Amino acid sequence: MTDKTLFIGSTVALPKPELDLLLADLRKNDYQTVGPHMQDESIVYTKIEGLKDLPRGILSEQNPASYRMLQTDKDRYFDFIPANQSWKQFLFPPRHTLFSASKEGKWQLKENDEPAPRYALIGVRACELAAINIQDKIFLREDFSDPIYRSRREGLFIMAVNCLDPDATCFCVSMGTGPRHTAGFDLCLTELDEVFLVEVGSELGRSMLAERTYDLPSAFVQNAANQAMDRATRSMGRTMDTRDLPELLTTHLDADRWNVVSKRCLSCTNCTLVCPTCFCWDAVDQADILGKSTRRERVWDSCFNPNYSFVVGGNTRPNIRSRYRQWLTHKLGTWKAQFDVLGCVGCGRCITWCPAGIDITEEVAAIRAEVNS
Amino acid sequence: MTTTLIDTAAHSAGHNDKLLLPHWAEIVKIIPEAEGVSTFHFRFTDPTVQNRYRFEPGQFNMLYVPGYGEAAISMSSDLETAGGLLVHTIRHIGNVTRATSRLKVGDVVGIRGPFGTSWPLEAIEGMDVVIACGGIGLPPLRGAIYRIIRNRARYGKITLLYGARMPKDLMFPAEYEAWQKADIDMQVTVDRGDDTWTGRVGVVPMWFYHFRVDPHKTAVLTCGPEIMMRFVIYEALARRIPSDQIYVSLERNMKCGQGACGHCQQGPYFICKDGPVFPFKALENIFNVEEY
Amino acid sequence: MTLSPKSSLKPKVAVYKFSSCDGCQLSILNMEDELLDIASAVDISYFLEATRTVKPGPYDVGIVEGSITTPHEVDRIKEVRAECKYLIALGTCATAGGIQALRNFSRVDDYIKTVYAHPEFIHTLETSTSIANNVPVDLEIWGCPVNKGTVLEVLAALLQNRRPNFPPSPVCVECKRRSIICVAVAQGIPCLGPVVHGGCGALCPANGRGCYGCFGPSSAGNFNSLVNTMVPLDRYPNETANLLRSFSSNSPAFRAAADAALKIASTKEAK
Repeated sequence: MTDKTLFIGSTVALPKPELDLLLADLRKNDYQTVGPHMQDESIVYTKIEGLKDLPRGILSEQNPASYRMLQTDKDRYFDFIPANQSWKQFLFPPRHTLFSASKEGKWQLKENDEPAPRYALIGVRACELAAINIQDKIFLREDFSDPIYRSRREGLFIMAVNCLDPDATCFCVSMGTGPRHTAGFDLCLTELDEVFLVEVGSELGRSMLAERTYDLPSAFVQNAANQAMDRATRSMGRTMDTRDLPELLTTHLDADRWNVVSKRCLSCTNCTLVCPTCFCWDAVDQADILGKSTRRERVWDSCFNPNYSFVVGGNTRPNIRSRYRQWLTHKLGTWKAQFDVLGCVGCGRCITWCPAGIDITEEVAAIRAEVNS
Repeated sequence: MTTTLIDTAAHSAGHNDKLLLPHWAEIVKIIPEAEGVSTFHFRFTDPTVQNRYRFEPGQFNMLYVPGYGEAAISMSSDLETAGGLLVHTIRHIGNVTRATSRLKVGDVVGIRGPFGTSWPLEAIEGMDVVIACGGIGLPPLRGAIYRIIRNRARYGKITLLYGARMPKDLMFPAEYEAWQKADIDMQVTVDRGDDTWTGRVGVVPMWFYHFRVDPHKTAVLTCGPEIMMRFVIYEALARRIPSDQIYVSLERNMKCGQGACGHCQQGPYFICKDGPVFPFKALENIFNVEEY
Repeated sequence: MTLSPKSSLKPKVAVYKFSSCDGCQLSILNMEDELLDIASAVDISYFLEATRTVKPGPYDVGIVEGSITTPHEVDRIKEVRAECKYLIALGTCATAGGIQALRNFSRVDDYIKTVYAHPEFIHTLETSTSIANNVPVDLEIWGCPVNKGTVLEVLAALLQNRRPNFPPSPVCVECKRRSIICVAVAQGIPCLGPVVHGGCGALCPANGRGCYGCFGPSSAGNFNSLVNTMVPLDRYPNETANLLRSFSSNSPAFRAAADAALKIASTKEAK
């Protein structure tokens, strides 16, 4: 009998139907299983039960301002490259009621004490896991810990997946975040035609996998997976030269390129809201007509929103040029000083979902060219 | 960063574990100041919170009026003078601050804080201090003035440059005499005088034309409209006062006070947490960048 | 505007109709859950769509639905302005001239001769214009129809003496906060969302359609860029221009953008 004892770091070959049972086990352990699903001509991350909900045979074709699905007859589930919205929506919900207040004599507060959902994220890409790690640095700091984020993050199960078919807007290799996972997951899948190779990343992952029927992977299968990942590494659709990155942008706040890009930028907020690391939020009150009760809600905000930097007496960033410059110089510049990492993971969402097709890699290259000319 | 960083968490009513959840505080006193400006004295309704609460001049609170939202407002006193109460001087000009103008003694507001950095009152001991402020920029410095007066011997020459648009816009005129008695050189100026005004007419930074400073032992604390601060800094630097002896208090749109919501960023800083008080040295590369 | 919260009298509200379909007034009547609260907070003194009982003016708040399209309406809106302390333009007819402002882009006489058997009885203006084009307006609520939550929020804000909470962000913000997939990027459907004021809750994109701009321009909208992006993707001649020339066609931003779209298209054709 083969020794099939699992350790952290073990890799096994899991027949694809076993994934259904694995997800069922997760649900039995009170996880909501969320993963990729085809909906409204796009891949979205939403509640899934098993293989039947996954985008079977679907490839994505991403370009600036364009996201298209291609149906193939392959029995594969993770060949598309990231969905419209990132996993951010689960850890940092787009809307969240903080508390309500009502006035019966005196004002009374009632905090929102709904228990945080426990999510198992199925199919997290390396760039996306890097984004979660970056948001950890923002939301879980020594001097500030966001309770909404923390309660969701602590209970998180991460089933990662290695990317094998990067798209035209991908540049994770440039940002050093992918396409291959290295750590931070509970389980990590590499999808081959016949099986999933599953790497154990944590004790929790090990215990979930231990219940399943799996094989030890042959050298042939492991080699095929490694080759596929090497191919992926070589087939990035885009690149970004990150040399001198914080300084390049923060010391050229007067570059002419800011004027050029501001003619194209719609200031529509899409790049920031699809970005898996952007973290800005607003808090708004919704009072009833009698002024006797109100609900305070946290909502996603964006530095492109016109009232984002409003102060009494004016707007500190009154035009699109200043807003775009803030976004890019923060993301690839001052972010580093704040959180010791750049704010971009190379997932390409801001390129794909910009209705004007503005390409962050092209903008950085243009500024670099302007500075060097 | 060389600003005095306060351990806000230890004294704070900021509720790190409950996002944006304020504590109720009751208005115990309202003092009308200049037109459209009043000073409010608050006490937390929960005695535990009240007893734990500590702050330093220069810091701010987030004031919450249910249904209207929050506004960041500086303390306009210090702990000792206010007898432990929270004193805020509010210009009723924005959505939330206009709502406060309709509140009465006994009404409650929500308060979170204190947030941010404070005036470096210990670091500048032994120095001459030029306090340069305009309009509603005096209240955030009043606590520092109280503190300096209380420890007057620890400082050299103190000059208070204060400017307002019109004589009727001057804050706290009843206190000027006491400040002068405490050996503060009061230089009050207005943009436009009225029939009774016999004082100086002009802008705050002009003072530097008429007086000499010893750059090595002079600290500048400035708060007010950014254009005023820009010229105060310019004049101070022109007189060789080192940029780490010039302290600036900045104002930005703030939603959280904890460097989390993103709104108040300027360059690498979250003004709410790394500021509002900065040594100008920290701002040299960003302060004069337009629309940044 | 202060609705005198100290006064024991409830503020008197009047709702008027000009050239319009009544849909925005219906949005008010549709607030079934909130009508009781509204009635307890304000005195609805004039609202013919709801009741024939009319209390005489002057009124504290006037809410005007519809655009100005006849000489008679030009006079009447002045009377309305005179009897209301605070005037709200309700809906895109009142804020931009509405769909009937399409007449502004052609000759009205031609329509009249074609449509009516006795054109001599028709007394209409050459143009359909917004209320603000005719008299000073204190606040505009856009939408075709308006969002009833917005109306409620404006009333609440007036009563509570605060700024109404409808930030000038574009429709895209509402799509993303609702996890609605961008119909423009994912399906190539023309959508004005990036330059249009939110407030509808992304109603059209949520139903698989592009935004046609009935909430008017968002304050930050870059119409030039949107037109430059969209026109090359037109699936039939002047698709973008036609989209801009619908409900908000007569608002200056939409007008300029439609002209720009037509210009780009004609330059392309000339080549």
